[in-house]
Amino acid sequence: MTVTTTEKATAEKAASVEFRGLRRQFGTTTALDGLDLAVQPGEFLALLGPSGCGKTTALRMLAGFEHPDSGEVLVDGEDVTRVPAHRRDAGMVFQSYSLFPHLDAVGNVAFGLRMRGVRTTERRTRATELLELVGLADKGRRFPHQLSGGQQQRIALARALALRPRVLLLDEPLSALDAKVRLTLREEIRRLQQELGITTLFVTHDQEEALSLADRVAVMHAGRLEQCAAPAELYGRPATAFVAEFVGTMSRIPGRFTDGLVEVLGRRLPVDGPPPSAADVDVLVRPEAVGVRADAGSGARVAATAFLGAATRVTVRLADGTEVKADLPTHEAAALGAGTEVSVSLPDRPVLVADRGR
Amino acid sequence: MARLNPWRWAVLGLAALYFLVPLGASVVFSVDVGDRVTFDAYSRILGTDGFGDSLLLALELAAATIALVLLVMVPASVALRLGAPRLRPVVEIVCSLPLVVPPIAFVAGISTVLKWGPEHLARTPFFRTMVAIQNPDFPVVLVLAYAVMALPFVHQALDAGLRAVDVPTLVEAARSCGANRTQALLRAVLPNLRGALLNASFLTLALVLGEYTVAHLLGFRPFAVWIVDISGAQAQMSVAVSVLSLLVTWVMLLALAAAGGRTRTTSRG
Repeated sequence: MTVTTTEKATAEKAASVEFRGLRRQFGTTTALDGLDLAVQPGEFLALLGPSGCGKTTALRMLAGFEHPDSGEVLVDGEDVTRVPAHRRDAGMVFQSYSLFPHLDAVGNVAFGLRMRGVRTTERRTRATELLELVGLADKGRRFPHQLSGGQQQRIALARALALRPRVLLLDEPLSALDAKVRLTLREEIRRLQQELGITTLFVTHDQEEALSLADRVAVMHAGRLEQCAAPAELYGRPATAFVAEFVGTMSRIPGRFTDGLVEVLGRRLPVDGPPPSAADVDVLVRPEAVGVRADAGSGARVAATAFLGAATRVTVRLADGTEVKADLPTHEAAALGAGTEVSVSLPDRPVLVADRGR
Repeated sequence: MARLNPWRWAVLGLAALYFLVPLGASVVFSVDVGDRVTFDAYSRILGTDGFGDSLLLALELAAATIALVLLVMVPASVALRLGAPRLRPVVEIVCSLPLVVPPIAFVAGISTVLKWGPEHLARTPFFRTMVAIQNPDFPVVLVLAYAVMALPFVHQALDAGLRAVDVPTLVEAARSCGANRTQALLRAVLPNLRGALLNASFLTLALVLGEYTVAHLLGFRPFAVWIVDISGAQAQMSVAVSVLSLLVTWVMLLALAAAGGRTRTTSRG
């Protein structure tokens, strides 16, 4: 599918977005507690976090549906905190199906143009063009209740793009869809975003979605930004223990920090990042970094195995009761049934540590 | 659609008997003179003084009431839904008050207020207002009274309609498409409430066309009052008038349904 020249024009006016010290309280709960975040023009940024971390509130503030108690929202360096939602120039796709039930697909996509007073023929052309862009050119006459969930979200996407917005806001647009559709639509969103070059904020609680889609991922926790980095960096060098455990799987193994090295599983390894404040620490390890081999008399036993396809996730209970997860190639894991005595090893690399029990 | 098993047929049959037998008897009585069929009673109605005027007045009152009650209730219900969903029980109770207060008590209250006109307001500009709303050609006071009496029905109809659509999301979607609040209400929410608006109009129309107590006690003469007034004179004609009023109401309801019923999308949300 090709992008028309009119579509390309959006790339030229891709906007930067900045949140400055956003705070918002709903009654006694703090949704945002001083959020600072900058999004580059044309960037695809995912806001990732557990429910209640304030990611949706932040997005809605950019859309103009929520107002901060303090702080400001800037688009292209311009303070839009007081600008009403309909003049924000932001296209939004919602979590729930939000198409207008009384309008067909073309009518839905053309809605914004109708609000702008664009002439009928012109907006029909434009709507058809956008439906083509999301691959639903043949469904223009269908009403929302005649379309599947995935198709509805595609049309919602086309509707959000119809006014050539400066930023595209996606509020968990895939979470109501089933797994297969979610995957294809995810790729579709990425493709469109790259073709149009539009600054995009994508809210999700699904880390896989965030890591696979975004240029950068902003992990939020309790109304604050924990870390904002490219997916690989976020996964490989999490800045905080929260990020480490929220993104991907992490096992915590107790260790002792002495003389600049951590003693863990019978080895002494250097620390990645700033040294911990206490001597008792937890070493954070990814399952793919852990080695497991059969070793009678080690005191550690395989507690469970889960087949994941090419790899098998082996859960090992150490002698002290700590559980460690390890991903092994399935052919290696075949010999390690539940109850097998094994030994666990770490690679010769600096390790991430966190204070014991956070 | 559910299949009609014998039980359902039985219930349907009983209901039909209950409604149709008296109606049929009335029709037979109104056209039967001795041993021949005549529509004399009906043709006499049309010639009777006041028929056209009172019917027209009733229809005008109905139209004005529908307009007033929808203009007040639609924005109020949507605002309630968006801004203060927790106040819903309060509004529900307030809106059902007219069902609890008997029309007689209601009229007594209205009469008292209307009497303030000559008693207290004679020297103020409000006196003119009091006179104007009681203009027998178009008694605004009746519209106000009927709007209050229609509240419970209109509220129920609108509430059911609003619960069927996700109003907050529709409004936000419209706003993100560049619609201001009014446009969002008119272009995104209202079209999806068509069924509810139609229901509310139906109920209000039926209420106004059949209302007797308030109109009679305040001394106005819309259709229902006119029927009672003239039916004392002749037994056969009074029944004919009742049948006719039923038909008029039905025709009006059908007309309203036809006007609002290009039912392309009302089938399912």
